[in-house]
Amino acid sequence: MALAKRIIPCLDVENGRVVKGVQFLDIRDAGDPVEVAKRYDEQGADEITFLDITATHENRDTMVHTVEKMASQVFIPLTVGGGIRTCDDIRTLLNAGADKVSINSAAVFNPEFVREAADRFGSQCIVVAIDAKKVSRPGEIERWEIFTHGGRKPTGLDAIAWAKKMVALGAGEILLTSMDQDGVKKGYDLGVTRAISTAVSVPVIASGGVGNLDHLVAGIIEGKADAVLAASIFHFGEYSIPEAKRYMRSKGIEVRL
Amino acid sequence: MSSVAVIDYGMGNLHSVAKALEFVQPGVEVRVTADHDQILSADRVILPGVGAIRDCMGEIRRLGIDAIVREVIDSGKPFLAICIGIQALMAHSEENGGVDCLDYFPGNALFFGTSLQDAQGERLKVPHMGWNQVWQSQPHPLWANIDDGSRFYFVHSYHIHSALPEQVCARSEYGVEFDVALTQNNVFAVQFHPEKSQNPGLQLLSNFLNWDGQPSCDPSTASSHTH
Repeated sequence: MALAKRIIPCLDVENGRVVKGVQFLDIRDAGDPVEVAKRYDEQGADEITFLDITATHENRDTMVHTVEKMASQVFIPLTVGGGIRTCDDIRTLLNAGADKVSINSAAVFNPEFVREAADRFGSQCIVVAIDAKKVSRPGEIERWEIFTHGGRKPTGLDAIAWAKKMVALGAGEILLTSMDQDGVKKGYDLGVTRAISTAVSVPVIASGGVGNLDHLVAGIIEGKADAVLAASIFHFGEYSIPEAKRYMRSKGIEVRL
Repeated sequence: MSSVAVIDYGMGNLHSVAKALEFVQPGVEVRVTADHDQILSADRVILPGVGAIRDCMGEIRRLGIDAIVREVIDSGKPFLAICIGIQALMAHSEENGGVDCLDYFPGNALFFGTSLQDAQGERLKVPHMGWNQVWQSQPHPLWANIDDGSRFYFVHSYHIHSALPEQVCARSEYGVEFDVALTQNNVFAVQFHPEKSQNPGLQLLSNFLNWDGQPSCDPSTASSHTH
């Protein structure tokens, strides 16, 4: 008996609706975020991650309001991300009922923001999201870089070194999305997941590209992830959370059922 | 209508505790406050919080919460401490180079360490974050309708080591076995987050709102939380 590996459904929210894009483009509507979160809570999801993928200034109030509604009805940990740039942004979301916030681009542009946020709110609520893409060619030693702007802009930063730096600055968890596979349902990039998970002391959530339950299992067993995040396989009813957990348990993974 | 004070000393997210209480007992008056009279006039009191112990104890002392907590405990009111709250009730914590705490429960908060391993020799991450099993080591009204071995949500890097086994109400295991719930008289303290632990957690909060502060188990007072 041990700590359970977590399954985290991810709600990508745009203009107040859950959507899921294939490689951030082709958007499908998956419903009202509060209703979707309640359904996952009832199914036994271990946490909910809510990413505002538009994150424009005008959307800010809608997002905070949605978090408030979600937090008064869902009693599992709630991580909120998208456009978080200041400690005031974090304070607003924590006050609305978020348990953790996910910082992405702001960490790349200003790494000290991660330190400031962790000092002020505690590492336990600071998740740093990393979008990594393989840049080595076949035959070369594998190497991944950090990308921003939905995977379009390379930064030249080495993904493993970056993850270690984020943890040293106070990140309490790493949400690792392997961009070259996101949304195309070929599974997590297990190489970068394992490399980062074994390099850092904090939990790593694997994200990106889940198309079936074997991908979740591989993320834990081969990728050494502490939690697995997926969106569309749950949103569109291909698999339920209990089904995923039973399958993972059948492969020897400790889950909360 | 019953009231519960959630002590606000600026440490982390108290709103999820308040929202969970309102969910399990609609109509309950929840006061998120640091005010002495507001806290002392409530029927029940909760000391929640997340963060690092040095800042936590610093704020507790600066705001006079230490004296208020002592007064609440002496009053016999049901008192629940959560996460950093349980650590604050210990004698001492190893965090931040060593910090003296409120010294209500004899024992300390110890670091999990950097070389923690499971039984198979796999390295374990710190913080201990996620859903782990809670094994009840003595009966208590707050365990009513909660199965032994239920999973609760944890996030912490320091674990409780009680000096008095008779105060230990539950244990868990993560590389080491450690104490996750302590009790004495009208005080119940937990390391995990009941407000984030779905049905078992909501049941525990419901049990707390129905608890009279007596340690004895009277099955007739237990009411099932229906989610």
